[in-house]
Amino acid sequence: MEQTGKRKRVHINNISLVITVVLFILMFLFGSVKYNNFLSLSTFLNLFNDNAYLMIAAIGATFVLISGGIDISIASTIAFTGVSSAFLLERGVPAFLVILLMLLVGIIVGCTQGALIHYFKLQPFIVTLAGQFLMRGLCVVISERSIPISDPFFKTMALGKVAVRLGEAKAWNGKIYYYVFILLIVFAAAVYTLRYTKFGRCLYALGGGETSASLMGLNVARTKIAAYGISSFCAALGGIVFSFYTLAGFGLQNLGLELDALSSAVIGGTLLTGGVGTVAGTVVGVMIEGIIQTIVTYQNLNTWWTKVTIAALLCFFIVIQRIIAIRAEKSKGKNE
Amino acid sequence: MRETWNRLSEKQYFRPLIIFIIILLFNGIVSKGEFFTLSIVDGHLYGRIIDIVRNGSKLMILAGGMTMILATGGTDISVGSIMAISGAIACSIVNGNIFPSFNGNVAAAIILAILAGTVSGIWNGFLVAKIKIQPIVATMILMVAGRGIAQLITRGKIVTITSETYYFINGGYICGLPFPLFIVLFLVGFLVLFTGRTAFGLFLESVGCNPTASKYVGIKVDRMLLAIYTLSGAFAAVAGLIESAGIKGADCNNAGLGIEMDAILAVAIGGTNLMGGRFSIPASVIGALIVQSITTTVLALGVPAAYIRVLKALLIIIICLSQSKQFKDLVIKRKMINRKVVGS
Repeated sequence: MEQTGKRKRVHINNISLVITVVLFILMFLFGSVKYNNFLSLSTFLNLFNDNAYLMIAAIGATFVLISGGIDISIASTIAFTGVSSAFLLERGVPAFLVILLMLLVGIIVGCTQGALIHYFKLQPFIVTLAGQFLMRGLCVVISERSIPISDPFFKTMALGKVAVRLGEAKAWNGKIYYYVFILLIVFAAAVYTLRYTKFGRCLYALGGGETSASLMGLNVARTKIAAYGISSFCAALGGIVFSFYTLAGFGLQNLGLELDALSSAVIGGTLLTGGVGTVAGTVVGVMIEGIIQTIVTYQNLNTWWTKVTIAALLCFFIVIQRIIAIRAEKSKGKNE
Repeated sequence: MRETWNRLSEKQYFRPLIIFIIILLFNGIVSKGEFFTLSIVDGHLYGRIIDIVRNGSKLMILAGGMTMILATGGTDISVGSIMAISGAIACSIVNGNIFPSFNGNVAAAIILAILAGTVSGIWNGFLVAKIKIQPIVATMILMVAGRGIAQLITRGKIVTITSETYYFINGGYICGLPFPLFIVLFLVGFLVLFTGRTAFGLFLESVGCNPTASKYVGIKVDRMLLAIYTLSGAFAAVAGLIESAGIKGADCNNAGLGIEMDAILAVAIGGTNLMGGRFSIPASVIGALIVQSITTTVLALGVPAAYIRVLKALLIIIICLSQSKQFKDLVIKRKMINRKVVGS
């Protein structure tokens, strides 16, 4: 029974991920056929250049989703980090100190939310919703206007890039900005943590069922609080990458980004009920969103179409997940 | 007299009511009585309290719908976006941008806007009740996409309108009292009767306490969820109409932005348990008045508007903590330990 149950879970995961990858390839082909200059290495690499911050934040969100919780304070944390780092840099605080401070703030905010959720049994959505409004409010308290960043280190990170040449033709040339390497490090660390550490296994177990996890003797409190801590840490890091990307801090940035992060995780095969999900899937999910954005830009449509399409896509994937889950339940019933 | 007092103080709306009165008194003292002055101009009542009621009407309506949803342990964070959609539709019709065949008919605009809100509510309810997505995710879809839909309706512009009939929704007076107050009385009265005089309210509480048990008892949980999300959507549409009539146009980016937090706060202040269970709609409505009067008070004291959001977010956490059993246990334990130390 244990064996079949395990296989079923892998099965669910695979179907979602396969659909996602196929969908990505189809969209890329659609764009290539429809528009000139679409099919090129730079279009592909720009998916990473333009969405690195979202990918980092979404990787963090995946941790919380796997643990069976939800974190909707991500977007505000990104905006808060952006604004406050711009504000501190304007006051002449050294760049490395600012970055360190912001990451620390991220961890503290996340762990506080996690502690409230775990120890006082508050609902995750209420706590993170309050967190969202708190951070957004603090943004405006710090500054209502957009603050430009002129720090040399931030500028190097923002403008420095590595040229990638795979061939002579223009289509085979592209560039990667320095900050994308931060994404690579985060990605590698996240994959390692989820796959090969005790904490990673605890996280999946916690998502599978909190009661059984605690009966198994796992440290539920630590795992849960750490999951929220990682989520906010990644959001803060995403915020710093975002300020590399835009070289400015503004309190109303990234309104509604939490949906982007969550939906990319779900599109990439993470179950909203917890216990199932991979970081690689999340990254592919963000890439799909990036390609939708690119197509919307090429088509010269209202940018709100991106949000509407992504929401529709999210619904589609959630429905697929439900159908698979219902089927799994039914087949389980038959076996018994 | 004493008996009446006891009976009154047992009600859930008793504490919020006292808080509200204290806030009003505080305002009255700070403004040296100016706060309570009511003047009659052209047979219409004017005054700060009237302003609070008028500006708080949207919140009172939303809080009514939100109470039922929170009572089942769910949430609806799409109300702000539904307000934007309803405002966008109504203003575009009055303006003649969409459905020009209606000739800017205000009645048609109102009906279609409320219909759109109802459809949005049904969509939310469908996702929550039938597909069984967590309410926060289900309504977040519409929260983000809804603003997009509103933008697509107005083609990304701010639609301004000139229609005295439409302005009446927010600025009108009947018998010297502002028109929004009557909308609130009508909708909230309907809710109070509906949940108080039928078994519906009892079922709501039972679903909030234990959905599985409720299902076994024979309550049709799916249908109930669908009904309350639909009601919340329709109510949000009405609030959107009031908002757009107030600013005399539809601003899709800012209409109802962040109001979902205010509505949840209002319900929390009203003493409804956010984990689901016990609820009271009158208490939430008073909660909405408190939120509105806090906003007015803080603004009147000269504190920048930005701080209000921070304050509200902190308030929610504090109220939630005070409802949490674990937190109460912790505090009580501390007190016991202290007492023991003092006693020995």
